[in-house]
Amino acid sequence: MAQASAHNQGQQHPIRLYLVVWIWLFVLSACSYFVDYFQFEGLPRYSLILVFMMLKAGLIIAVFMHMAWERLSLVYAILVPISAVLVFVAIMVLESDYTLLSRVSFFGPGT
Amino acid sequence: MAEQAVTDTTHTYPEASGLRSIAADFSSDRQAFRDVSWGKAMMWIFLLSDTFVFSCFLISYMTARMSTTVPWPNASEVFALTIGGVTLPLILIAIMTFVLISSSGTMAMAVNFAYRRDRRKTAILMLVTALLGAAFVGMQAFEWSKLIHEGVRPWSNPWGAAQFGSSFFMITGFHGTHVSFGVLFLLIVARKVWRGDYDQERKGFFTSRRGKYEAVEIMGLYWHFVDLVWVFIFAFFYLW
Repeated sequence: MAQASAHNQGQQHPIRLYLVVWIWLFVLSACSYFVDYFQFEGLPRYSLILVFMMLKAGLIIAVFMHMAWERLSLVYAILVPISAVLVFVAIMVLESDYTLLSRVSFFGPGT
Repeated sequence: MAEQAVTDTTHTYPEASGLRSIAADFSSDRQAFRDVSWGKAMMWIFLLSDTFVFSCFLISYMTARMSTTVPWPNASEVFALTIGGVTLPLILIAIMTFVLISSSGTMAMAVNFAYRRDRRKTAILMLVTALLGAAFVGMQAFEWSKLIHEGVRPWSNPWGAAQFGSSFFMITGFHGTHVSFGVLFLLIVARKVWRGDYDQERKGFFTSRRGKYEAVEIMGLYWHFVDLVWVFIFAFFYLW
């Protein structure tokens, strides 16, 4: 197994791979900076920020942290629990919408 | 039968793939993460717990921002800097991002040279990483003092919603602390590499386990995680 042999000698990859990823991270960071610089608004802004963010995070986790070459059981043990965060985000989005609604209707001007 | 199950732990299964391999790993007798050292597995689990801590901060920031009736300060203007008469939005934050990414790059290469048992290059690259990390913390200190000077407090600020200050100090402060401790650990591990602890398998001071070059990779995991968190902070706090 390629996976097993990679572990016996430690992670061995050509330096070139890291340099390429590094350059990509630079490019993606520059892109997300330009999202702000050129004052994108609304949906394009949010979707571009999220896309660049996810790409950067993916590159760091997969290549720099060697997740792409780890054993599948470890990958799942680490990545699956993170989905709980998304559930929490969904809950708090609903909750803050409700809070905002009650603030507007009870403490807003004209009440 | 039972005896065979106990003695034959390593060669019981032909290497399965996909979900089947996960099931086999988690139901195995001794070790869930086969071929993964305990040090690396524990670092990953620590990073997972740290992910939850940072998630809680970012989610509370999201909740505060979504539920406030007061306008949120425009980060693009708040963090703008005038250099040579030109006002650039978010410029310091962008530089900090590039510095941290560069430190991640040097760290990744340090890990690579560590597995090639190249003591000198590994130590130098780790020191460069530490230097970039320290530069990051320095710029953050500058950012903090600038904002405090402009009147940002955890309970108020001149531009809008009061929660801006508390979120800012909490999130970037906690991240900066992570970076600072990372720099400290980088220096410690770099010293060990330089001294040849991992070549001689010298025993650790606290753990009295044999030193292995894997320590550099585990250190690297932590450092990349710090960079990873910054990716999310940059996106959600500064750009959003």
